[in-house]
Amino acid sequence: MDQSRIRNFSIIAHIDHGKSTLADRILQVTETVSEREMRDQLLDSMELERERGITIKAQAVRVQWKGHELNLIDTPGHVDFTYEVSRSLQACEGAVLVVDAAQGIEAQTLANAYLAIENDLEIVPVVNKVDLPSADPDGTAAEVCELLGGSPEGVVRISAKTGMNVEQVLDAIVERIPSPEGAVDAPPRALIFDSSYDQYRGVIAFVRIVDGALPTGAVLEAMATGTDFEAEELGFMAPGRIPVETLGAGEVGYVVTGLKDVSRLRVGDTLTLRKGGATTPLPGYKDVKPMVFAGLFPSDSDDYPELRDALEKLKLNDGALFYEPETSQALGFGFRCGFLGLLHMEIVRERLEREFDLDLIVTAPNVAYRVKQRNGDWLEVHNPAEMPREVEEVQEPYVRAQVIVPKDYVGSVMELCTDRRGRFDHMEYLSETRVLLTYDLPLGEIVLDFYDQLKSRTRGYASFDYDLAGFRDGDVTRIDVLVAGEQVDALSLIIHRDAAYERGKLLVERLREEIPRQMFDVPIQAAIGSRVIARETVKAKRKDVLAKCYGGDITRKRKLLEKQKKGKKRMKQVAGVEVPQEAFLAVLNLDGEKRKA
Amino acid sequence: MSVESLDPATRVVAGHRTPGAVRHLYVHLPFCAHRCGYCDFVTAVGRLEEHGAYVDGLLAELDAERWRLAATVETAFLGGGTPTFTEPGALARVLRALPDVEELTVEANPETVTPSLAALLREHGVNRISLGAQSFRRQLLEVLERVAGPDDVRRAVQTLRDVGFDNISLDLVYGIPGQSPADLEADLADALALEPEHLSCYELEAKPGTRFTHAHGKELDRQAEAMEGYFEQVVATLTGAGYRWYETANFCLEGDRELRARHNLGIWRGHDYLGVGIGAVSTLAGIRRRNLPSLARYVTASRAGESPPREIERLDAATRAVERLMLGLRLDEPLALAGLEAVLDGRSLERLVDGGLVERIDGSIRLTRRGRLLGGGVTAELLAF
Repeated sequence: MDQSRIRNFSIIAHIDHGKSTLADRILQVTETVSEREMRDQLLDSMELERERGITIKAQAVRVQWKGHELNLIDTPGHVDFTYEVSRSLQACEGAVLVVDAAQGIEAQTLANAYLAIENDLEIVPVVNKVDLPSADPDGTAAEVCELLGGSPEGVVRISAKTGMNVEQVLDAIVERIPSPEGAVDAPPRALIFDSSYDQYRGVIAFVRIVDGALPTGAVLEAMATGTDFEAEELGFMAPGRIPVETLGAGEVGYVVTGLKDVSRLRVGDTLTLRKGGATTPLPGYKDVKPMVFAGLFPSDSDDYPELRDALEKLKLNDGALFYEPETSQALGFGFRCGFLGLLHMEIVRERLEREFDLDLIVTAPNVAYRVKQRNGDWLEVHNPAEMPREVEEVQEPYVRAQVIVPKDYVGSVMELCTDRRGRFDHMEYLSETRVLLTYDLPLGEIVLDFYDQLKSRTRGYASFDYDLAGFRDGDVTRIDVLVAGEQVDALSLIIHRDAAYERGKLLVERLREEIPRQMFDVPIQAAIGSRVIARETVKAKRKDVLAKCYGGDITRKRKLLEKQKKGKKRMKQVAGVEVPQEAFLAVLNLDGEKRKA
Repeated sequence: MSVESLDPATRVVAGHRTPGAVRHLYVHLPFCAHRCGYCDFVTAVGRLEEHGAYVDGLLAELDAERWRLAATVETAFLGGGTPTFTEPGALARVLRALPDVEELTVEANPETVTPSLAALLREHGVNRISLGAQSFRRQLLEVLERVAGPDDVRRAVQTLRDVGFDNISLDLVYGIPGQSPADLEADLADALALEPEHLSCYELEAKPGTRFTHAHGKELDRQAEAMEGYFEQVVATLTGAGYRWYETANFCLEGDRELRARHNLGIWRGHDYLGVGIGAVSTLAGIRRRNLPSLARYVTASRAGESPPREIERLDAATRAVERLMLGLRLDEPLALAGLEAVLDGRSLERLVDGGLVERIDGSIRLTRRGRLLGGGVTAELLAF
């Protein structure tokens, strides 16, 4: 296909603003799928995505419109996947920015719009849900123009749900988004912007051909990782796989690689020919590293092999997931897993529980720390229990956070950010009533319950996004928890020194509430090194027996006893103390408790 | 004469069945004047005309099952419901149909105990009465929706004493919504003043979903913590008054006579028992069966010459061992461990012995005083599965 007739674009939006619905409508209007085949949110193929209404893995679909080939590259819609979004955008010349007419611009609208601008994309602004009673299309269009420049006439007003004006969006894509301009005769270079795993065909890479052409059967090489393979099949999605002989400059499609390990082909890498290929890769590749870590343990230790298999399978489809075996005295055998962020963690955990039917204990998440040891060596610590007691220097990851909030809540958001060691950067008014706050925050202060706190302090009105902003010095210390005199490794945490006493106190108070009374007194202590900084005692029960038991109800009483026994078994034994699984999450809610008190 | 027309007893003689060994008999009389809000027993209210028909069925079932009983039946227990609310003629028929037993207990509500009833019971060989006093505080009795007032309880005891009953048990309930520790202290004192041979003291069990729990849920939640102290208070007061705390919820005077509830003692020791009537449960050689609670179906089946509709549960060896442990540890007497090894966690036992909750006596174990207060948790801990 002549490049002048190709348009490559993404749809970008804040969560729930209607990105997937618009994608569905485009497939319908262009007759890429028939009514009968149409399912809502066709592009989101995973059950979880459908349910949460978010897109996790990007995919690309080719549609035909008025003699043009339009490649819709779907992007993930959340902060954790910023890198994937940016790779998707790099594969495009334009982006459709969808804004909910009732909600207006939100944090991810901004983050995505900025990413699109950085990538030099032509942005087609669209105001969606104009049919809602609460919609304010004019106000929203004005906000969008404020952000992007341009005139309100250029903003397409649609209802993706009813299909109203979706044709106008397609026309705008053809008219306003530039066609690709790759060097047709140059050695091929193709950007990998996504990959997935097919159990029969191995890794499938989704690519944008920038220069030259890729023929079926060619031996290809990924330039950053050096992985090579034969292109067993090339093609495009419509929305099922349609094989073609060649993918040419400007086109978007897939490559069946036959590789059995998704991590050998990284998003952002450049594909070229093994022999006679390009010498310079496309710019922008970076190796994304997990920043948030948590221990995942099976509730029932017998399920360890199942958990290992499940993680292996998930990893096939999720190159960003990291895991390594971890042994905890308290929780037994499990895995320390690394995630891009909190949502990523949440998704992995839910998929493990739903798709693999596993019952999991997830420890409180922590961030990666860089630790300079006494001998001068640097160490990356992913687990609080592994933080050396003697350190020269510790660095923790920071983020640049953007919060959009109605102006009435600015005070409480600033208070929260200050509480969390945030450094104020700037504040600007997006409109008369909505304010954008920018803070630098330690990621470690966000991973526990920052988002919940933000939502509850702003009645759900705040939206939030962040970008990693590198490592900085952090004055942090490790707190250990002792139950009945025994250290519980899974409850250790790393915390800013100034907050250590208060957090330690709250933590043992929470644990006292979470650990049921036992047959003996149970002391709970928080300690820094050998120094105990807080102590509580779970007082022993004085009564635990069923009042009566006669001939008529022995069976029922026996079943109650068996249930009680099962309950005991479900709990983790630490120094002979039954610790419920909930207790391992106690560290998550420290601030919630503080506020209630 | 065809085999079918023979009564069960004849058939035993004819060798179709081996003679029984069951030494404990339970008879259920479900009728009540009023169903108390907290009650979860199988009861039937306001069906005076049905008493005769029910007793017909009851006697038919007893006849059909009589072959299971041993030559000497140790105990029989008439429970309810309110057995003494049963129409006197029908009640007398039940009593006459019972085999000779050493201990014959009838449950009674105070307001039903008239001189004539007391005499009727006495004439028919009843030698033990379990009286549902529950409380001596008027406002607490009202919360429980009991018909009797505090004076009815005292009058009933006197009436029973007058006709010669020398083995009376009082039921007390604690943890009643609104009950203070002082109320409980007063209830215990009032009960002791009547010098009962036996006392059963239960924590009020409010079943989720009952109208009682619905009405008093908040107060019950508030009381939950205090309840621990109540149990200790009951045990301390009654043992202080010279009663033997021989089972988790049961106390008796000590002396020459055996004043423990022998019927229940048999059950706690794991003996087989036969139950007849609606809702009645039997445990017979590893089979537990429960008559369904429907009165109408029971009567209909009986009239058709059929057995009552029943649920059957097969108790395997492990289950029987678990039950032995669960029941045996409720008693103050040592429980022999022979045969229980498979369900017992040896390491937990060590820990509980070290912690002072269990004591070991040769091949037996017994819970300490604190162990008994925590008996449920201790038993769960001891189980090996």
